[in-house]
Amino acid sequence: MPLATYQTSVPVVVDDAKCIADKGCTVCVDVCPLDVLRISDLTGKAYMAYDECWYCMPCEADCPTGAVTVNIPYLLR
Amino acid sequence: MAMDEIVDGLSEVSCDVLVIGGGTAGPMAALKAKMKNPKANVVLLEKANVKRSGAISMGMDGLNNAVIPGYATPEQYTKEITIANDGIVDQKAVYKYAQSCYSIIEELDSFGIRFLKNENGDYAVKKVHHIGTYVLPMPNGETVKKALYRQLRRARILISNRYMATRLLTSSDGRIAGAISVNTRTAELLVIKAKAVILCMGAAGRLGLPTSGYMFGTYENAANSGDGYAMAYHAGAALANLECFQINPLIKDYNGPACAYVAGPFGAYTANNEDRRFIECDYWSGQMMLEFYNELLSGKGPVFLQLKHLHDKTIEEIEQTLHKVERPTRGLFQQGRGVDYRRESIEMHISEIGFCSGHSASGVFVDDNARTTVPGLYAAGDMASVPHNYMLGAFTNGSFAGLDAMEFADNHDFGEIDAAEIALERERVLAPTKREDGIPPNQIEYKTRRLVNDYLQPPKVTRKYELGMRRLAEVREDMQERMIARNAHELLRALEVQSIMDCADMAAHASLYREESRWGLYHWRTDFPEKDDENWFCHTLLSKRDGRMTSEKRAVQPYVVPIADDEKDLYDKQRIRASA
Repeated sequence: MPLATYQTSVPVVVDDAKCIADKGCTVCVDVCPLDVLRISDLTGKAYMAYDECWYCMPCEADCPTGAVTVNIPYLLR
Repeated sequence: MAMDEIVDGLSEVSCDVLVIGGGTAGPMAALKAKMKNPKANVVLLEKANVKRSGAISMGMDGLNNAVIPGYATPEQYTKEITIANDGIVDQKAVYKYAQSCYSIIEELDSFGIRFLKNENGDYAVKKVHHIGTYVLPMPNGETVKKALYRQLRRARILISNRYMATRLLTSSDGRIAGAISVNTRTAELLVIKAKAVILCMGAAGRLGLPTSGYMFGTYENAANSGDGYAMAYHAGAALANLECFQINPLIKDYNGPACAYVAGPFGAYTANNEDRRFIECDYWSGQMMLEFYNELLSGKGPVFLQLKHLHDKTIEEIEQTLHKVERPTRGLFQQGRGVDYRRESIEMHISEIGFCSGHSASGVFVDDNARTTVPGLYAAGDMASVPHNYMLGAFTNGSFAGLDAMEFADNHDFGEIDAAEIALERERVLAPTKREDGIPPNQIEYKTRRLVNDYLQPPKVTRKYELGMRRLAEVREDMQERMIARNAHELLRALEVQSIMDCADMAAHASLYREESRWGLYHWRTDFPEKDDENWFCHTLLSKRDGRMTSEKRAVQPYVVPIADDEKDLYDKQRIRASA
C-alpha cells in the first residue's frame, strides 16, 4: 500500500538566526520528552521533525539563546 | 550516520538495581537504593531524558496530598482516601505513605525545592479535599527536576537516556532477572541483567483520544504510553482495579488542569452556565466526576472554573503559578483565545480515559513496600496501585521501592536469563522494521484510541464493550502483521502503540469483570447501575496466566483506621443540595 505525506503546521518554531545548533548545541533535541526535534543536515539548525508535541516547554525554557518558541498546536488552539 | 537510522546491534550490561523511568518516582527510588548500598550499581533507564522527563517535566505547582503535623494526621488522611475510593483500599500502604511523606517533604526541601510558608515559617497548607487539609503550594515548583537531577549526579547514579524498555526478563523460578530495551534513536537493543527491577514508568496516558483530535494533546505527558502496565502484565505481575479509570476535569481543548487545586484556596470554584456552584468539593474523585459529567449533559453546561469574582491582585497571584509551573503554556493558550480570567471563566471539559493511580486507583498491584507479585520486581508512582498518590506519593513510594529493592539485590544473585527469550523479543521489537510495505504506527494508534473513545469510555455498556473488543482485535492483527517503521523514531511509536493496545485490552477486560458500578464515573456500568458491596467489595486483580488475560477478586485487607458507617458515603454527597 503506498504511503502519502500528511501536511501539518508544527507548533515548535526555531529562529535560525539565534539557533547555535551549527556550533554543536543540542539542548532542545536533548530535553524533549517526545523526542521530536532534530538538527537539519541542510541548515545545521534545530527544527521540529515530528508533529508529536505535548506543548510542555523544556525546549523553549532550556534553549541558551532564546531561539525556540512553543506555540499551541493548531488543532487545540 | 543520520539520527534515527536503524542500526543492527545488541549489547548486554548488568547492575544490582535497575530503575526504569526517570520522571518522579524513579529518581527517588534510584537515590534511595544507592544511599542504602553506595557500593552497588544502580542504573536509571529513561525513554526520554531524565532532565525533563515525566509528568513533572516543567515542575509542579504544589503537593496535593501532604500530611503535615498540625494540619492533618496519617489516620485522617487514610480515612479520607479510603472513603474517596469507595472503601476499596489496602490501608496499610496508604497509612505508611501518610506517616512517611512529611520526612520526604523535608528531604525535598533540603534538595532546594521550596514549599509555601506563612509569616511564622510554618507550611501554609490549604484545604481542597472533602474532609481534611493537605494541599501545599510550591512557589518555585519549576525547579523540581533540576534539583532531582543534581542529586542523581552527586550520588553517581548511572543514567541511560533514550532507551525504551520493552519487556522484563524473569528466570525459571519466576524471579525478576532484568529487562530488554531499545535505543529510540538507533533501534539497537540493550539487555540489562539486574537483581531487582523498579518500574516507575508513569500513567497509561495515551489510551483515550483527546477531543481536540491531536494525538499528543493528552492530559498526561504524552510519552506515558502505558509501557509499564504492559511490561508488568507480560511478566506475569498482577494489576489492580484497572476498571477504576482516570478521568479528569480539564481546560477544554488545552487538556491540562484548570487548576482548582491552585485557584480553589483563593476562592475560585467550579460553576455551571448559570454561574452557580453544583459540586461541594473540587477534589478529583469518581463521584465528583460523575456530577461534572451530569452537569455537562444537563443543559446547564458548559462547566467553568470561575475566577472573575476575585480581586485583581489575587488573580495575578494565581496566574503567576498557572502560567509558570507544570503546564506553562496555559497562559499562551488563554491569550490566544482572548480569555482574561478577570472577565471570563475558564471553559472546562472531561479528559480522555487512562490508567493512573496518581489520581485514581488503577495500577500494578503493590504492597506497602512497593513489591509487585513478581519477586524482585517493584513499582512506584502513577503506575503502581497505591491510590491517589500524586507527586508526593511517587516520591515517597519510590523511596520505599528503592530501599526494599536494594535489600532484595543484596540478598540475591542474578537470575538466569534464557537466550531464546531475548531472541524472540528482538524479533518482536524489530518486526515493523523488516517489512517493505504496511501501515504506519500513527494510523494504528489513532484507530486504537478512537475505538477506546467510541466503546470503552464511561458510561460502560456491555454490548458496546463486546463490539469494541472485536474491533480492537482486528486492529491488533494489523498491528502485529502489517505495521511498518521506517526509522528508529517510528519504531519508538510502533512499540508504544503495542503498549497502548495492551492497555486497551486490559481496560476492557477489567471493566467487564466487575459487575457493579463503583467510583462514580470511573466505573459506571449501565447494565449494573448499583454499587454491590455484597459481591464486589473487593479489589480485582488482572494478570496473564498461560498466555491469557484473567481477572480474580482479592479481599480488601482489614482496615488500620476504622471508618464509621455514617462516614462511608461522604464522597457520594458531592452535589450541592437545592435547599437546606
